[in-house]
Amino acid sequence: MKMKMKMKTKTKTKTSECDIVVVGVGGQGVILLSSIIGKAALKAGLPVRSAETHGMAHRGGSVINHLRIGCMFGPLVPVGGADILVALEPAEALRYAHYLSKDGVALVNTKPVLPSTVTSGQSKYPPLEEILAPLQRICRGIKTFDATKLAVKAGNPQTMNVVMLGALSKYIPLREEMLIESLTESVPAKFLDVNRRAFELGKREG
Amino acid sequence: MREYLLGNAAIARGILEAGARVVASYPGTPASEVVEILAPLAKKYDLHVEWSVNEKAALEVAIGSSWTGMRAAAVMKHVGLNVAADPFMTLAYTGVRGGLVVIVSDDPFCYSSQNEQDSRRYAQFACIPCLDPADPQEARDMTIYAFELSEELELPVLLRSTTRVSHARADVEVGQPKETRATPQFLKNPARWVALPAHARPRHSVLLEKQDAIKSALEKSPWNQLVLQGRSELGVIASGISSLYAEEAIKQLEAEADISFLRIGTFPPPEGLCSEFIRHVSKVMVIEELEPVLEEYVERVARVHNPDIEILGKRSGHIPREGELDPYIVRNAIADMASLPLVEPPSQSLREAAAILPPRPPALCPGCGHRAAYYAMREAFGTDAIFPSDIGCYTLAVDMGTIDTCLCMGSSITIGCGIRFSGEERDICCSIGDSTFLHTGLPGLLNAVYNKAKITVAILDNSTTAMTGHQPHPGTGVTASGDKTKSVSFEALARALGADFVETVDPYNVKATIETFKRARDYQGLSVVIVKRACVINERRAGIMRKPFMVNENCTGCRECVEFGCPAIEFDGDSARINSLCTGCGVCAQICPNDAIEMVK
Ligand code: SF4
Ligand code: SF4
Repeated sequence: MKMKMKMKTKTKTKTSECDIVVVGVGGQGVILLSSIIGKAALKAGLPVRSAETHGMAHRGGSVINHLRIGCMFGPLVPVGGADILVALEPAEALRYAHYLSKDGVALVNTKPVLPSTVTSGQSKYPPLEEILAPLQRICRGIKTFDATKLAVKAGNPQTMNVVMLGALSKYIPLREEMLIESLTESVPAKFLDVNRRAFELGKREG
Repeated sequence: MREYLLGNAAIARGILEAGARVVASYPGTPASEVVEILAPLAKKYDLHVEWSVNEKAALEVAIGSSWTGMRAAAVMKHVGLNVAADPFMTLAYTGVRGGLVVIVSDDPFCYSSQNEQDSRRYAQFACIPCLDPADPQEARDMTIYAFELSEELELPVLLRSTTRVSHARADVEVGQPKETRATPQFLKNPARWVALPAHARPRHSVLLEKQDAIKSALEKSPWNQLVLQGRSELGVIASGISSLYAEEAIKQLEAEADISFLRIGTFPPPEGLCSEFIRHVSKVMVIEELEPVLEEYVERVARVHNPDIEILGKRSGHIPREGELDPYIVRNAIADMASLPLVEPPSQSLREAAAILPPRPPALCPGCGHRAAYYAMREAFGTDAIFPSDIGCYTLAVDMGTIDTCLCMGSSITIGCGIRFSGEERDICCSIGDSTFLHTGLPGLLNAVYNKAKITVAILDNSTTAMTGHQPHPGTGVTASGDKTKSVSFEALARALGADFVETVDPYNVKATIETFKRARDYQGLSVVIVKRACVINERRAGIMRKPFMVNENCTGCRECVEFGCPAIEFDGDSARINSLCTGCGVCAQICPNDAIEMVK
């Protein structure tokens, strides 16, 4: 899966510089990841809009955050309009794949989190290849890696979302220093080192 | 100064900058964060911030403050305003002294709610002004303006947010919290504050007389704006968040169509701006979420100012009256008006996604006491009994067979009574959470005792308001700002309300819980079972750790434990397995008939 992943300008009138959807399972840190990017955009002086999932879905449900950098309009990324899909869980990548633009890029953590419908035996969790194949078909390219394993390597599985942030860093119109500064402000000081390591490990995958 | 703020944080910011003295609320998605953000700041800014027992209490607390001349806000989700509707409606008659803003967050598409009612109708109903912010910046700005407007008109003002505003985040320009306030003083004035019939009648006239003042104040407000003056005959009028979708769509279509655009942020909408706009176009698309409040207004204005105009929107089928709008719906509606080709909205999900993905509904946490409580309830009552339930995390257990009804806060006990009084003879066991019981379950239990309903009421006490984000309540012994306070006893409450059978049990003890439910079922009268176990998320935050459990070689693959539904229990084809999510509640070990689950050594 080698490809050039430079952001392509959209042909129609651009209403947002970069549209991102961040998806995953309640509790994986989708909101934190999005807000680190949002704060970095603010530092860069770019207008930013985002829409978050709160409430009920957070009890292990499926969650999606919309993030629009360089946008002055509504917070929702249109279906078929996302430049980047960041999936903290593979099944969730496919669940929200329709948000991807055909010029878009998907970054997918390959470590599954089994939903209660699977643990209880009502449904099956499909094999990874079946999940990823349709994604490959509909967008410009996908990057897959076990971000959870990298987070463990960094020193804390909870930093998986920051691994994903590292991977994402080269696709968004924000300088890395801004992201690091925002990360530093967003995590407790005693966890900063492990988060920095997670970011670096993710960056190599992006 | 610019900050990256959640819509609800922007509202909280506006409250601080307006110098409010009292903020009262009952938690509810999507409104809870306003008070969560203010509570830790209460001492610093000399603010009284409270979690009230329900929305009616919250609004009345805010009213008391306003009547002393101090600014106050009551914050709630849309259905909370139903609970607060009683004071809300008459407050419009009495009016206010210190600015009073009722902050209500609607939930189009019912993301976390039982309905998607449109609160703008409430403002119409009460004849008070309503502000409809489109994004966090407007949410902050309008909050400050709402306090000023409220004082100018001596009326409460409704600030109506929605999920996509309250839970949106954006860069917001903020100012400084206001430091100085007037001195509170309650001025006795029975003709104002005592709503006797003799006082209410003239106050109703006063309210009606104020309608012109409302209109002229809003007409001049910055929230209504002619954004684009095109030369064509086409126009768009949109309000709230819909105006952002509309603006984006018009921008995308600008090469092909020349469209005028009027943005509305207040209700009632500005008559002058609307009528002038309507006179200049021959076709107008009205775009708003939920009820056709703006559309009806435009129709009324058009009758006078341009009867020939074609008004499109909900009535024409372009804009749905249910759910939330999205960029596609709005773009296509505008394109259709302009006779431009529609774009096929990409399917709502990929073919494969629908075919192969397992659903991922939210579920009770591993080790949640509610699951164990319902398991025991079902064992004791059997699946044929009737199980009215209520609103909270426990409603997530709907697949366990012990949730037969869920209507609104506190309704489980009273609906259970009605089912009993209808002549239905099966056993009835209602379930209601601790916070919900204190919110509106108390009168229900009293009603059940008084009218001699033979039902069982299970109070599922996890010592928090879990679903909305773990807010404290009167049973927890702490206030919103973290001060220690009296902690109310559910046993004492139930007895004081007249229940004779009241027992408390720990759901982690499965046998004892089943036995308790059986005694409650057989009791000849109303019985109350308090099933008490702290929420596992709060336990974890408090540092309470238990050893996890594991499956040993005795497992025969009977699936009894899997049926229990704990997300930490997986089944791999032949036998069960416990994953890393286990919180060590030990309930599955008690359910296993083969002694195959044991504590990790
Ligand atoms: S109940 Fe016990 S024996 Fe049955 S599947 Fe579960 S662990 Fe195995
Ligand atoms: S002990 Fe059993 S029921 Fe309790 S959390 Fe662990 S696996 Fe779930």
